[in-house]
Amino acid sequence: MDRTIRVLVAKPGLDGHDRGAKVIARALRDAGMEVIYTGLQQTPQMIVEAALQEDVDVIGLSILSGAHMTLLPKVSQLLREQQMDDVLVVAGGIISDDDAATLKNVHGIAQVFGPGTNTNDIVAYIRANAGVARD
Amino acid sequence: MHIPDLLPRLLQGDRRALARAISLAEQGGSRARDLLAGAYPHAGRAHTIGITGPPGAGKSTLVNALALELRRQKRTVGIVAVDPTSPFSGGAVLGDRIRMQPLGGDAGVFIRSMGSRGRLGGLSRATADAIALIDAAGFDVVLIETVGAGQGEVDIARTAQTTIVVEVPGMGDDVQSIKAGVLEIADIFVVNKADREGADKTLRQLRSMLHLGGPPEDGWEPPVLASVASNGQGIPEIIADADRHAEHLRGAGFADAHARTAAEGELRAAVQELVVERLRGAAWDALVAKIAARQGDPYSAAEELINSL
Ligand code: B12
Ligand SMILES: Nc1nc2c(ncn2[C@@H]2O[C@H](COP(=O)(O)OP(=O)(O)O)[C@@H](O)[C@H]2O)c(=O)[nH]1
Ligand SMILES: [Mg+2]
Repeated sequence: MDRTIRVLVAKPGLDGHDRGAKVIARALRDAGMEVIYTGLQQTPQMIVEAALQEDVDVIGLSILSGAHMTLLPKVSQLLREQQMDDVLVVAGGIISDDDAATLKNVHGIAQVFGPGTNTNDIVAYIRANAGVARD
Repeated sequence: MHIPDLLPRLLQGDRRALARAISLAEQGGSRARDLLAGAYPHAGRAHTIGITGPPGAGKSTLVNALALELRRQKRTVGIVAVDPTSPFSGGAVLGDRIRMQPLGGDAGVFIRSMGSRGRLGGLSRATADAIALIDAAGFDVVLIETVGAGQGEVDIARTAQTTIVVEVPGMGDDVQSIKAGVLEIADIFVVNKADREGADKTLRQLRSMLHLGGPPEDGWEPPVLASVASNGQGIPEIIADADRHAEHLRGAGFADAHARTAAEGELRAAVQELVVERLRGAAWDALVAKIAARQGDPYSAAEELINSL
């Protein structure tokens, strides 16, 4: 049976840039997904707790503040602790290529999308990878 | 997560099992029915409170404030917040949690957002199931926020024991703007944003309008209360009246009548779903084609299908 893909879109840390997150939320909605938008200033704990309660397939983190190397690994670590490794984690915003590589190789972030990414590509990526690890 | 493990874990209050169980209920099908069949006998203990009213009235903010107060009183709170699903894409942006951030990090609170998924009436098909699952998981109170389309959200009155209708000051200058249907479903009226001009007038208008209706048949006179959800003003009074309403339902034996109405609605929905699921197949498809080609009509076709069961 076809299941609606559920995505938590969150803004970790003290970052007020919310345009990108809203653009992504709308694009995913228009692609038929359910987007839970939690707003600004989310701690990694709040993000993982919301993801658990909402039983999402995907967590999408939007971060333009520069604090991604501390906040994003923390989200992955908490997910592991909760045995929620089956949740796909993607990120977007201002993240250098080097940092993106480390986040993907070491910290369990599946994919990083920078400025100017076409939202169709993001939709396609999520469709192909969401819920794959879920039983 | 293993489905057979879900029920025992859920009954012990395991949050992840509860979350997964609600997803299963939304998905529907036989696995969902098995799970719900196991959970239903354990539900029925929680006080279920619906919150309805127009978009922007402050429903989510009010739910947050009510939950904070209930937690102060050491009661655990489950929350179901329904937002509209786009009829074009089938997707939705569910944003009610934004107003509920102060509840984060409290193990005595569980919040779930749901898309209406094509259902009109302010709730989704699986909302009643989600409430039952949260109830079975042991929460004391379940707060349900409806879509808030403003009109025709009568489903909530059938589903929740206590229905709170939220209005705001100066919604149009007369009470005409308050829909007749909404008046009938309210057990409690709340004029939120009482920090705004015109709150007294709206309170007065609502009260006099209720008096026009004469004494209520069931002996419950809906109170009209003022609140400022954003700073907690008037919230303990709303909880007190909600408790008083639950007491009223129990005392007068109305709780049974309410439970029967709710049960009837749930049974009807379950029968519809199951019957349609059983009947879908080659014969169904053939009849659809016939009706589309105007070589048959849906009524005779329905009878033919039902007789074949
Ligand atoms: C607009 C803007 C603002 C606006 C924000 C308005 C708002 N409500 O969003 C305002 C003026 C308020 C602002 C303020 C500041 N800003 Co500013 N701002 C920008 C600017 C010019 C554009 C950002 C934007 O909205 N882009 C449009 C959106 C659609 O793009 P996007 O967010 O990148 O999203 C795309 C992808 O990244 C990706 N994506 C993003 N999120 C997600 C999430 C998921 C799940 C996925 C899959 C994909 C994804 O997909 C999107 C579509 O392609 C950028 C520069 C730039 N070119 O990026 C600076 C920039 C981000 N700001 C910057 C700074 C420093 C600030 C301030 C600190 C400035 C100051 N000293 O006061 C403040 C901080 C405000 C705060 N509270 O956080 C720096 C950040 C530097 C850094 N991280 O190292 C930047 C990079 C400018 C620069 N070159 O210095 N800013
Ligand atoms: N002034 C004032 N604003 C409020 C009050 N309650 C909620 N709001 C604001 O009204 C807006 C809509 O609130 P929300 O809870 O999202 O409404 P909903 O659409 O009915 O769920 C938000 O900006 C709230 O901060 C209140 O009592 N007074
Ligand atoms: Mg709301």
